[in-house]
Amino acid sequence: MTLLRPQPPGTPAPVPSIFSAPYWEGCARGELRILRCANCGLALADAPRICWRCHSRVLNWEVSEGRGRLYSWTIVWRPQTPEFEVPYAVAIVDLAEGCSIISAVIGCTPDDLVEGMELAVEFHPNSDHLSLPYFRPVSPA
Amino acid sequence: MTHPFRDVAIVGVFNTTQARALPGHDSVSIAIEGALGALRDAGLETTDVDAVIGERSGELAYELRLGPCRRSLNGLGIPAVLEAASMITTGQSQVVLVVGGSAGVYTERASTAPWTRPTNEFVVGYGMFTAVEFALMAKRHMLQFGTTPEQLATVAATIRNNGHVNPEAVYFGRGPYKPEDILTSRPISEPFHLLDCSTTSEGGCGLVLTAADRVTDLPQVPAWILGGGSDAYGPAYQHAPIWDFVGKSGDGIPAGYVGRRAARAAFSTAGLRPDDVDVCEFYDPFSFEIIRQFEAFGFCPDGEGGPFVMDGVIGPGGRFPVTTDGGTMSFAHPGNSTQMLQRVIRAVQQVRGTCATAQVPAAEVAICSNAGSGALFNDVMLVGSGRP
Repeated sequence: MTLLRPQPPGTPAPVPSIFSAPYWEGCARGELRILRCANCGLALADAPRICWRCHSRVLNWEVSEGRGRLYSWTIVWRPQTPEFEVPYAVAIVDLAEGCSIISAVIGCTPDDLVEGMELAVEFHPNSDHLSLPYFRPVSPA
Repeated sequence: MTHPFRDVAIVGVFNTTQARALPGHDSVSIAIEGALGALRDAGLETTDVDAVIGERSGELAYELRLGPCRRSLNGLGIPAVLEAASMITTGQSQVVLVVGGSAGVYTERASTAPWTRPTNEFVVGYGMFTAVEFALMAKRHMLQFGTTPEQLATVAATIRNNGHVNPEAVYFGRGPYKPEDILTSRPISEPFHLLDCSTTSEGGCGLVLTAADRVTDLPQVPAWILGGGSDAYGPAYQHAPIWDFVGKSGDGIPAGYVGRRAARAAFSTAGLRPDDVDVCEFYDPFSFEIIRQFEAFGFCPDGEGGPFVMDGVIGPGGRFPVTTDGGTMSFAHPGNSTQMLQRVIRAVQQVRGTCATAQVPAAEVAICSNAGSGALFNDVMLVGSGRP
């Protein structure tokens, strides 16, 4: 059965914004960073501009524990562009801190994936200066 | 209370030739054909038009010398038609053209279509495209309710067979399909096989709306807007498509049931219930979305959309025939607003009673919709043969 692997360098690269640059600096250092609202304490993914709950603009970066659970996934066999190696498992991961991110699961086979399985983050280079977070099952299925 | 759309009629609809490719056309030239065809159907001239809506409305106003006219860049489908209706009911316009068209856009076939590929920094590195976004929603439904690939395949086979018999469909004559044919087509993004997914093609279309007092002078039986609504949770294809995502409106309706608030608004305005609907011209980007929309719009309880589509309900002669021209899976999917407006056009053809194939006998009320869960938006409109 096919082992799910990270994509090779050369796939389309993220373009950081003025709001997200610290996130990508964290990935390059092997840290998964999230924002924490300084006012109400909400954890926020995707580098938002505002806390949607209390409207505070004071959001502080912190390093996520890097643990989460598998919320939804899909095994992709038709690559978006020819650079992508199939199959790959795009996933929504619910982080322990309470926010959710898009990523991909690696280090197991498609049949190993189970709703709610515990995952841990790791980083793989996407280009010379950018790394992407991926998630691997914590214990073998 | 007077119905808000009582004084608006849809008096012209038209689809250009739809094909995998239309050499010699670009998006503006095929939109022009859509506009002129819709005016011809309505029995009106370009000199009658005082407003044009669509992503190419600026070019249309110039190329056809429609100015000075009102112009809206609304590039959606149902919301553009509802905007046209509002222009008329507020007295700002008398004859409104709503136009879509796309050609010459998808040329690099080794990749998925350019409009399906997100560029957002948080998703771009993971090889996402629209099938992936919708699959992440469908998977949640399957986990939660036990919805099966066979149920999805039944939807796809039904809609593709509607296109198989429709001479105007891009994939006319490609069937007939059984659910097994869908399940044995190559996997794209699980649970979707190739034949669970919409196609890509090129083409244009147009609609003409006028004030109701003009309809007696016009050749076509008018169609009427009974109600409409529009729901969105954010930009499409930039954020995780989370079934349970909620916002501050809609009393906690999750993104998985996007369109529910819109459908409630549409039915409320119309004074109708799902049981009053004769035909469901649902948007069909992926097979699962038909199952989801039956639940979101209140045709069946949550979680029961899978069994609901298995009882012959959605096919020709069924209680709720779906997507009767073949939809984006078989009829056409040119991109931009075109295939969204085509859902409205088919609803109009159904209540006019002029469909050459899959006409629902004596259809009086049609529901149509645009996009769906993976796109984080869903628009709904009810179209009728009787003036509200």
